[in-house]
Amino acid sequence: MKILTVISGKGGTGKTSLVASFASLVPDRLVLVDGDVDAANLSLITGAREFESHDFSASKVAVVNPETCNSCGLCLELCRFQAVAGDFSIDPVACEGCSFCAFACPREAIEMQEKVSGRWFVSRTPYGALVHARLGIAEENSGKLVTIVRNKGQELAKASGKDYLLIDGPPGIGCPVIAALSGADAALIIAEPTVSGLHDLERILSVCRHFGITAAVCINRYDLGPEQSKSIEAYCLKEGLVMVGKIPFDRAFVDSMVQGIAVTEYTGGALLNRISGVWDHFLNVAEQLSG
Amino acid sequence: MINLAIASGKGGTGKTTVAVNLALALIPDYDNVELLDCDVEEPNAHLFLKPEFELEKAVGIPVPAVDHDRCTFCGRCSEVCMFNALAVLKDQVIILEELCHGCGSCAYLCPEKAITEYNRPIGTIKSGSAGKLKFGGGYLNPGEAMSPPLINAVKKMIQPDHISIIDAPPGTSCPVVSAVSGCDYCLLVTEPTPFGLNDLDLASQMVSKLGLPAGVVINRSDLGDDRVEKYCRHAGLPVLQKIPFDKELAGLYARGEAVVSHNREWRRRFKALFSGITGNKKEVSRP
Repeated sequence: MKILTVISGKGGTGKTSLVASFASLVPDRLVLVDGDVDAANLSLITGAREFESHDFSASKVAVVNPETCNSCGLCLELCRFQAVAGDFSIDPVACEGCSFCAFACPREAIEMQEKVSGRWFVSRTPYGALVHARLGIAEENSGKLVTIVRNKGQELAKASGKDYLLIDGPPGIGCPVIAALSGADAALIIAEPTVSGLHDLERILSVCRHFGITAAVCINRYDLGPEQSKSIEAYCLKEGLVMVGKIPFDRAFVDSMVQGIAVTEYTGGALLNRISGVWDHFLNVAEQLSG
Repeated sequence: MINLAIASGKGGTGKTTVAVNLALALIPDYDNVELLDCDVEEPNAHLFLKPEFELEKAVGIPVPAVDHDRCTFCGRCSEVCMFNALAVLKDQVIILEELCHGCGSCAYLCPEKAITEYNRPIGTIKSGSAGKLKFGGGYLNPGEAMSPPLINAVKKMIQPDHISIIDAPPGTSCPVVSAVSGCDYCLLVTEPTPFGLNDLDLASQMVSKLGLPAGVVINRSDLGDDRVEKYCRHAGLPVLQKIPFDKELAGLYARGEAVVSHNREWRRRFKALFSGITGNKKEVSRP
């Protein structure tokens, strides 16, 4: 079983639309994971039907008992996250859950309480199981939640003898991205042909290299920035990155999303060929380079 | 004067485009406009503004260092660390720096005072100007997981008498909260698609949780459907601007250029967006 993660650095380059399309090309051979727990969208275009859901609680929040508190102010002085207000109440959004105040409080007036900071789900799609999650609004620990959905996906894929675990990664380069990349056999970077896209490609590639993960590149909407598309191709050549294909701008992406289906289920012809070309090429790269 | 955050649940909806064009549209009329790039994981505003940087500073988080001569390997530091950043063995303490949140509890609670802290760099902040526009931004080192301390460092550069435009990261979790909290208004940039709608709903819940007044910009407004507009009407979110999809606009963006620098009509529209925000903010903050 191969673990394949689709990432981009920059948001909105088309990761989710392409992941759903890839899944439609190999039905029953994979398990899907939506690694963007902040703004999860993969279930919206894969006909997902939820059949399992679980609470996610990884963090604690400080709660002050006003009966015991003698307003000595030590917690306010020690907290580095500005979570303690002047009246010694705790701002649960700012609280990092470090428990420093609870350990230090001379009156033992602070208790750390478990909090549910999200939910995760297993759904059925026509292509295979989908593991996804919803982090509570303004919550922390998105990396841990990504790790939970990734591990669950891996367990399901192994147990049912699937060929691939396909992970739709979050944007950025920080903790949830690192969690989505961890243990991957190969990463597919969906790049956008803009100056921002090239800059973000360089940064996400550094992250892949930092963690020793093989990456290949696909340019989406390549015709909207022909010059920048060439710059990205030149960059890939220089860096020894395999370019697995280019996909043109096509309104069918948005129209199919409005219908709630993958673009490959909406249109055939040239666009379908392009997308399946990218997928086949990426699989070859993943097979060759990860052995 | 006003701290205005530009955010969105979904990535790639056009936050940076709106932030940059809004800042540049205000420049001829105001001497005190600044743009702060708080999307420290993928900072891009400088590519459009090409500022000259005057100041560059490393930003770190305080992580522990153990004096092994003083340490009795009692295990207290490991017990109080909620992030599993310290492991105490028979005769050594292993520190996993990348897991440390810099809370300081291990150093404070060590009974032998064997722990000191030093700053481990996680990125840099830079500041400078592009003509009359003041610019600041944060740049997270690739491989680093934690962006909020760097975002907070960028926000410390906010000048109180300025129109401060804050380009936030995508999402709805801790990095975004760091970027938008304490702002006076949050502009949510979205697109009229099911993904845009789903993520706008999350972003709108986030701003209500933080108690911020908000308005919406719909980008690529002619691709997709009308569910985002219906949602905004229902949720009482004013739609302050619509930007249709246009290959010329897309081309300018691809090359790293701002449309307001090329087109007077767009300059007028972005100025109107700002009036819409300030008018709307007054309305919202009225008791």
